Amino acid sequence: MGDRFRTWLAAHRGFEQETRRRAKRALIFGVPGFLILAVSGSASFGLVWLTAVALALYVPAWSTIRRGSWVVVGGVLLLAAMYPFYQANLFQLPIFGEFPSVDTGVTMLIFIMMALGLNIVVGYAGLLDLGYVAFYAMGAYTAAWFASQHFSGNSIHLGSVGINPNTAGIHISIWIVLFIAAIFTSMVGVIIGFPTLRLRGDYLAIVTLGFGEIMPQIARNGDNLFGQNITNGPQGINPIDPPGFGNSLHSAVGLPSDYLTFNATFLGTTVSSVQLFFWTALVLVLFTVFCSVRLRDSRLGRAWIAIREDETAAAAMGVPLMRTKTWAYAAGAFFGGIAGAYYASFKSGTFPDDFFFNISIFILCMVILGGMGNIWGVILGGGFLAYLNQEGLGNIGGWLNQHFSGQSTSSNHWFTIWSQDIDVPLYQFGIFGAILVLVMLFKPEGLIPSSRRKAEFHEGVADTPLYDTQHE
Amino acid sequence: MSDLLVVDGLRKEFGGLVAVNGVDFTIPERTIVSLIGPNGAGKTTFFNMLTGVYKPTAGRIVFDEHDVTAKPPHAITQRGIGRTFQNIRLFQNMTALENTLVGMHCRLSGGIVRSVLRTPGLKREEREAHKRAVELLEFSGLRGRDDEFARNLSYGDQRRLEVARALATQPKLLLLDEPTAGMNPQETGEFTSFVSKLRDEEKLTILLIEHDMRVVMGISDRVTVLDYGEKIAEGTPQEVQRDERVIEAYLGSGAVAG
Repeated sequence: MGDRFRTWLAAHRGFEQETRRRAKRALIFGVPGFLILAVSGSASFGLVWLTAVALALYVPAWSTIRRGSWVVVGGVLLLAAMYPFYQANLFQLPIFGEFPSVDTGVTMLIFIMMALGLNIVVGYAGLLDLGYVAFYAMGAYTAAWFASQHFSGNSIHLGSVGINPNTAGIHISIWIVLFIAAIFTSMVGVIIGFPTLRLRGDYLAIVTLGFGEIMPQIARNGDNLFGQNITNGPQGINPIDPPGFGNSLHSAVGLPSDYLTFNATFLGTTVSSVQLFFWTALVLVLFTVFCSVRLRDSRLGRAWIAIREDETAAAAMGVPLMRTKTWAYAAGAFFGGIAGAYYASFKSGTFPDDFFFNISIFILCMVILGGMGNIWGVILGGGFLAYLNQEGLGNIGGWLNQHFSGQSTSSNHWFTIWSQDIDVPLYQFGIFGAILVLVMLFKPEGLIPSSRRKAEFHEGVADTPLYDTQHE
Repeated sequence: MSDLLVVDGLRKEFGGLVAVNGVDFTIPERTIVSLIGPNGAGKTTFFNMLTGVYKPTAGRIVFDEHDVTAKPPHAITQRGIGRTFQNIRLFQNMTALENTLVGMHCRLSGGIVRSVLRTPGLKREEREAHKRAVELLEFSGLRGRDDEFARNLSYGDQRRLEVARALATQPKLLLLDEPTAGMNPQETGEFTSFVSKLRDEEKLTILLIEHDMRVVMGISDRVTVLDYGEKIAEGTPQEVQRDERVIEAYLGSGAVAG
C-alpha cells in the first residue's frame, strides 16, 4: 500500500470525493433502514449479506474510474442470475414477506422487457402510447399460431421440442417463433403507426387507446373472422409449445433439450423448467437493454430526443418526422412482441382476457414510476410493479389481515380495524392508480430519472406546433 | 452568376388574411440578401414557406433547379436550405454537441440495425460526425461549450448554436431569422463579420431577416422590402434607402410629404 495507493487516489480524485458523498448518503438512509429490518425480527445472515453487496455496488463511485461502470452492471447481473440459488435462503421482509419466487421472477423479467420496449416509444421519442398491449397481444398470438395445435389442418414441424412428430398444427421452435413474433409485431407497429403518428400529444394518446381496445376485441371475437378461426375466441389457444434446444444440441453442448422435462441438481438446488425460463428471460432482458442503450446513443436516438424536445425544429434540421417516429414504434413493438411470445410460451397459453386496456396502463405506470428514458429506472419500476401484481399485494394483504382483521387468529394480531378479511389484490388497480398519482405529485420525473427528462419536467419543453399542414 | 433560389408569385392566405401576396424573388449564388419590412409584413411567413413549414396557397419555389414547393421540411433541408428561428428553438435539454449532431441527421446514414450492431463503418461515421460537430462549434465561437446543455448557454451563445446547428445540415442557402435580435452592439458587430465570413470563406448564400438597419445596410448585397405581404422595393442597400415607398412604409406617408 502506501505510496502506490496514494498515487492511485490522486489519479482518481473524483472517485474518492464521490465515494465519501455516497457513503454518507448510504449511512443516513441505510442505517435506519437496516435497524428497522433487524428489529422486525428478520435479521439474519442473508440480510447482512445483501446489505454488504448493496454497499459494495453503490458506495464506491465505480462510474468515475475507467471501465468502472461495468462493475455495477456486472454485479447486478450476477445477483440476478444467481437468484434461483439463494432465493430459498433469503430472509423475510417486514410487511412484504418473502422475496418473490422464481416463477414471479420470470413474470417480472417479462414485464421489465415490455416496459423497456415502451420506454423507447414514450421515454425516448415522447410519443404517449396508451395501447401498448396491442403489441404484447400480437406477440402472444404469433406464438400461439406458430407453436401449437391451433391450425390443426396443417402439420408443420421445425425444430420443435417435446412434441410428437405426428401431432397436427404448426410447431416451430420457440426461438424462431420469438424472432417471427418480433418482426411481425414490428410490422403491426408500422401499420398502426401510419395513420396515428401524424397526430400530436393528446390526439395520439386517444387513437392508441383505441387500438389498445380493438386488439382484445379482435382476440375475443376472432374465432370466426371471415369464416376463419384465428384466435379461438374467449377460450384462447393452449397448450403452446415449450422452448428447448433439442436433443442434438443437448448432447453436443449440454443445453437443455426441453424446458418442461428438464430436471437436474446444480449447486444444491433443483433446476427445472422455471429456472430455465428465468435465465432465458434474463438473457432476453439483457438483449433489450443492450439494444436500448445502443439505440439511445445513435443517430436515431438523437433524432427521437430532438422530436420529443421540439418537433418543428427537428423537422427543420432534416429529421423526417413520420419515418423517425415509425421507427420508434417499430422498435418498441419489436420488444413487446418478443415479450408477448415468450410469456405465451411460459404460460403455455394465450387468452383474450390477458390483453385488456389496463395492461397498457400498467406497463405505462412502470415506465413513469421508474423514470422515463432511464433504463435502470424502468427496470426498477417494471420489476417492482410486476412483483406487486403477482405476489406483493397478496403478501401485504396477508400481513394486514393478520395484524388488523377481526378474523385473525394469529398471535401477531395487534388490534381490530376491520372485522372481515379484506382481499387486497382486488384493489390492485386502485392501488396502482394511487401510486401513479403520488409519483406525479411528488416526483414526476420518476424514481431514477434521466437527467434530461428531469429538466424537462421542471422547465418544460418548447414544442408549440407551427404547422398548418401535416407532412409526409 | 446564376440564381440559387427563384420564387415565383408566392402567396399565402390564413383564412381571409393574405400574409404574403404574390411575391417574386430571386437570390443569386454567394450573396447576402436581406428581407426587411415593418412588423407583420409577412417576412417570417415567407421564410416558413421556403422551409416547408407552411404550404403556399399559390406560387412556386425553385431551389437549386429543383421544385421544392410544399415539400416537407426535412426534404427541403436535405436539398440544402438551413435555417434558424426568430424565437430560439434549440433542443434545450440536449448538449451543444448533440444539437449540432441532430443538424447532421440528414447527412448521416446510420439506420436502426447498424446502430444496434455498431458496425465499423457506423463507428467511423459517428467519429467523423463528432469531429465535424466540434469543429463547427469552434467555428461558430462556441469552443469548449460542447457538453453544455443548450438551456445553460448565454443568449448570444444560443444564437450562435442555432447557426452552428443550421450549418451542420450542410446548407447551400442559409436562412437567418432576426439573428441579432436581443444582442448588444458588440455581439451584433461580431455576428455581422461572422455572416460575411460565411459568404466569403464558406461560399454560402444567405437570406437574412433583420430589423437592425446597420446590420442590413452593412453586409447586404441586395435588400428586398415587404409591406403588407407585398414586395414594395428591391435593390442595393443604397437604392432601397432612397426609395420613397420604403420610407413611407417605415415612417408613414407624412414623412415623404414633409
